[in-house]
Amino acid sequence: MNVEIRQMRTAAEQALADAFARHKDRLAKPAAIGALREAAFARFEASGLPHRRVEEWKYTDLRALMREAVPLAAPPDTNERARAREAGRFIDEAGARRIVLVNGVFAPELSDLSDLDPGLTIGALADRLSRADGAVPGAPGALDEDTAVSLNTAFMGDGAVIAVAPGATIGRPLHIVSVVTAASPCAVFARSLVDIGNDAQMTLIESHEGPADLAYQVNSVLQLAAGDKARLDHVKVVREGGRALHIGTLMATAGADAALNTFVFTVGGAVVRNQLAIVLNGERTEAHVGGASLLRGSQHADNTLVVDHAVPHCTSREVFKSVVDGDARSVFQGKIVVRPNAQKTDGKMAAHALLLSESAEADAKPELEIFADDVVCGHGATAGALDGELLFYLKARGIPQKQAEALMIEAFVGEAVEGIANGAVREALMQTVSGWLAARG
Amino acid sequence: MLLEIKNLHVEIDGKKILNGLDLAIEQGKVHAIMGPNGSGKSTLAYVLAGKEDYAVTEGDILFNGESVLDLDPDERAARGLFLAFQYPIEIPGVATMTFLRTALNAQRKARGEGELSTPDFLKRVREAAGKLEINQDMLRRAVNVGFSGGEKKRNEILQMAMLEPRLAVLDETDSGLDIDALKIVSEGVNRLRSPERAFIVITHYQRLLDYIVPDVVHVLSRGRIVKTGGKELALELEASGYAQYQSEAA
Repeated sequence: MNVEIRQMRTAAEQALADAFARHKDRLAKPAAIGALREAAFARFEASGLPHRRVEEWKYTDLRALMREAVPLAAPPDTNERARAREAGRFIDEAGARRIVLVNGVFAPELSDLSDLDPGLTIGALADRLSRADGAVPGAPGALDEDTAVSLNTAFMGDGAVIAVAPGATIGRPLHIVSVVTAASPCAVFARSLVDIGNDAQMTLIESHEGPADLAYQVNSVLQLAAGDKARLDHVKVVREGGRALHIGTLMATAGADAALNTFVFTVGGAVVRNQLAIVLNGERTEAHVGGASLLRGSQHADNTLVVDHAVPHCTSREVFKSVVDGDARSVFQGKIVVRPNAQKTDGKMAAHALLLSESAEADAKPELEIFADDVVCGHGATAGALDGELLFYLKARGIPQKQAEALMIEAFVGEAVEGIANGAVREALMQTVSGWLAARG
Repeated sequence: MLLEIKNLHVEIDGKKILNGLDLAIEQGKVHAIMGPNGSGKSTLAYVLAGKEDYAVTEGDILFNGESVLDLDPDERAARGLFLAFQYPIEIPGVATMTFLRTALNAQRKARGEGELSTPDFLKRVREAAGKLEINQDMLRRAVNVGFSGGEKKRNEILQMAMLEPRLAVLDETDSGLDIDALKIVSEGVNRLRSPERAFIVITHYQRLLDYIVPDVVHVLSRGRIVKTGGKELALELEASGYAQYQSEAA
């Protein structure tokens, strides 16, 4: 007699298993992808949804936070496509080329695919997945076994596939606009692949949004490979609706002498988990990894990252800031890994939280995992209320309390946003900050 | 009377600092308040500006005949009260120019005046900054961040010049200044002297009063004014020290 040792599935786990079975015909083909999905789903089945006893998910108990799994999103109909037209416009000033994903499905008719810069190609992941030889690159080390990534592999339907040829400088930023416009709760599993050749350069914006009152779920993966001497400026903006669950994963690798800058800005969503796994594979590469979160109500936002110094002479800077109001909770888990041969690594990580209410919470877990002996690495974390002495100084100059607070919050977030290279993007994010502060009253 | 302080009693964390302080200041006058460390000089400055940590247990402060005890610091500022801080605060991420403009427009708004246009504002800032030898680079930098002691104090005077208060309280503005900086700061203050504006110059040392010559000098000890005189009183104090006043007050 067999003994079932794994505990009973939660409703959400059962629903995911049912969905995987129900969509089996579609997901199993072609064979190579089908096998990849099977293996990924088996990993999920073995572990279930991560909970607080799983170290990487300690502060974001997905088993508790994800009470149910909603049905997979159906391909968007005409109305749903039409409603996507205005998505992502908050950052229009950047003049970016729009690549629109509606409910996770690449929508060429809403995207700007004309007059592509020389060396730039844009396609749909669905096309890649439908080919018998349509391989998808595997996840780099840190997230190999991650449950969210496994679920994404099992269910991924579509996304953007972007390639920049070696030596090409793409002057106009690209903007992957991910928008949910469905009328009923649905789950979106999208994956985009971005490949930047040696000596190539690009600015990539990624934004996520959806209806304010819909309990939808997004599991989005961006896989990014930057070649030697490549430069990538990546900014992700999470503006999901107030009931949304968003799990977004960035998996990036960089070659030698490259510059990899990524920033994640979170202002929307009920539960947000931004995972970043960055592997520096080539020497003398510099990575700037930053983020800012503005949270209120009962929002929960988690930035979890692993920056892996796999080779010597690389530099990385990680700076994350969060402003937490109401009953909201901000989580930061950051790890810098320095491999045994990665001498002369220079890594510094900082997380700062500004708590605006008595019930706001910030958890920070910075970690260094160093196996080399000739390195400079450090980390720091702070959490606190607005500085009373500073507030008094501003008020003594005639600036009323709320305005003084706003000025300080703007300055706090501004210091993080300042690191973004593109001025129009910085401007759009600071506008978002102003809007958030105005709504605070 | 521009300012009337009547029988003011102030505590912080249950500790009495001011014990029945009386002070009256007319428009256009410069009053110096001198006293030993711990006599309550800085407390007086903070209480006037409206710092919340201090509890007024008795007495009143009338500014232009109106009690300001229930007013927030920003409301007092808009009515024309200004405190030049002994230790100006650093404000990371807020450019000095932005700070000046935000403060000036907030005060104008509170008084029902319109915002200053950008050219008008810039003209005024450049003029005032130039006189205090504050360059454009300093105006672009975050308020007081990385400023030297002298630069911080000059920045306080710049704020005062821009905000045009009716009563300016200078809290130990001379502390930490070398002689050159002291001259620049004093000249900045003297330029702002006018029949409509009064000053309270709080200092431990007589030196500052060589440059900012007061009309009246008070000695503060153990939370009360124990002696009032003309500018010559400052010189006497320099010679004889504060010991006699401390024992008198005891």
